[in-house]
Amino acid sequence: MQSAERRVVVTGLGVLAPNAHGAAAFAGALREGKSGIRHHAHLAEAKFACQVGGIPEGVEALQKRYLTEEELFAMNPNMVYAAIAAIDAWTDAGLPRVAADAEPDWDTGAFIGTGIGGIDTIAEKLGPKVDQGKVGRLGSTMVEQIMSSGNSARVGGLLGLGNQVSTNSSACNTGTEAVIDAFLRIREGRALRMLAGGSEGHSKYIWAGFDAMKVLNRAKNDAPAEASRPLSASAAGFIPGSGAGVLMLESLECALSRKVRIYAEVLGGFVNSGGHRMGGSMTAPNATGVRRCIQGAVAMAGVRSEEIGAINGHLTATFADPHEVESWSKALGLPPDRMPLIHSTKSLIGHALGAAGGIECVASVLELHHGFVHGSANCEDLHPALAAYADRIPHRTVEVKDLRVIAKASFGFGDVNGCVVFRKYAD
Amino acid sequence: MPQEMVFEKVVTILKPFVKAPDALAKVGMETTILGELKVNSARLVDVVLEIEDAFDIEVTDTEADKVSTVGDAVKLVMAKAKA
Repeated sequence: MQSAERRVVVTGLGVLAPNAHGAAAFAGALREGKSGIRHHAHLAEAKFACQVGGIPEGVEALQKRYLTEEELFAMNPNMVYAAIAAIDAWTDAGLPRVAADAEPDWDTGAFIGTGIGGIDTIAEKLGPKVDQGKVGRLGSTMVEQIMSSGNSARVGGLLGLGNQVSTNSSACNTGTEAVIDAFLRIREGRALRMLAGGSEGHSKYIWAGFDAMKVLNRAKNDAPAEASRPLSASAAGFIPGSGAGVLMLESLECALSRKVRIYAEVLGGFVNSGGHRMGGSMTAPNATGVRRCIQGAVAMAGVRSEEIGAINGHLTATFADPHEVESWSKALGLPPDRMPLIHSTKSLIGHALGAAGGIECVASVLELHHGFVHGSANCEDLHPALAAYADRIPHRTVEVKDLRVIAKASFGFGDVNGCVVFRKYAD
Repeated sequence: MPQEMVFEKVVTILKPFVKAPDALAKVGMETTILGELKVNSARLVDVVLEIEDAFDIEVTDTEADKVSTVGDAVKLVMAKAKA
């Protein structure tokens, strides 16, 4: 087999989301439309205009089941979330842990991205001590917590990874980009397995800049579950989220030889940028770039537009949602009434920034595996520009037993785009 | 503070960083911190900071560099606490 023809499948899933931990619980939470958005007193105390957000629950107790006291001593929430999701994906893929005194697993690597990284460590520990002239009191753990690659580096050590271990960063496209890069790496024959996805902490220091930009919804502090409103007429900004989503990607050959469960096949992916041209900017997407990205992914996947059963969109609840849907329609060459089902996982968990693509790829694969498309919450008042798509946007979960192909896209600050196409695995 | 108490306190500080639980179970004054307890050398910085806080002393880099065994740390604390 030519290396360029190597097929890549998903054999493990790990997710720590604001509404659930673990693939099974997350699938259940998506199915029942469980919101992970809650009001947070620390945001109110800091005078945030938006005081709601998505933060995984129960992590204080959970992390002690996964990590030693010494490991936790040198980890911020971004790293903890990445570690829990990666360990879960590894275990879910049926792989034994590499012993501490054994050689690393030379064939497995990790691309685990983050958007903002360890800024909470900088703001809470490093900055104050340095300003007080107490550099000598910082301890040994600052660098590993604030280096951009802190999350993937920790995962590499925990799991004994001997292939490429790196952290990518492309704002809100980060997690999806990681999945695509990992897919390409395996396809090229440079690794047999790659953990891929993204993680993001929940600190007020991570979210403050977005609040200051007035891109967060400040109108629903008293009704958290209604705050994240993608596709709606009342969308007034996104809701910040956090957590991690990590997929174990593996060459089909390797997965078959191990006789493990195959959740889905990665058929194709494409990453590009709009170059801040043609209407694109640091904060707005170049629609032509978006279309080219979608078309690139679909072309590589080798599927016809009509074969795509669902779109798990970027869809954050900003002014860009109607433009995104229009871009999908144009890119796929399908009129509104023949479009795949369109929905937003962010309506339930908020926008987890660098973790969003990872968590939403996990959601997409679970939907494919179990044959459902979860409801897109809080868009009963559909945006008027989307009226023609009304029948294609489910408000409640729908069972789609013949769901064969799902497309997932992310579009990020910096005018960067990523789109990946998953298919239910078939021989 | 009696030496036994200082020893116990130093071992308690070291405990989260120890990667060899068997060696910790029979820890004594002669036990080496890096070699036997397998504490990551980078974490010695944190151990020293915690010892400074626990015993309200200041340890110079030169003094810290001379600590090899648990006993070295205990004796350093005893000497500093007296001073």
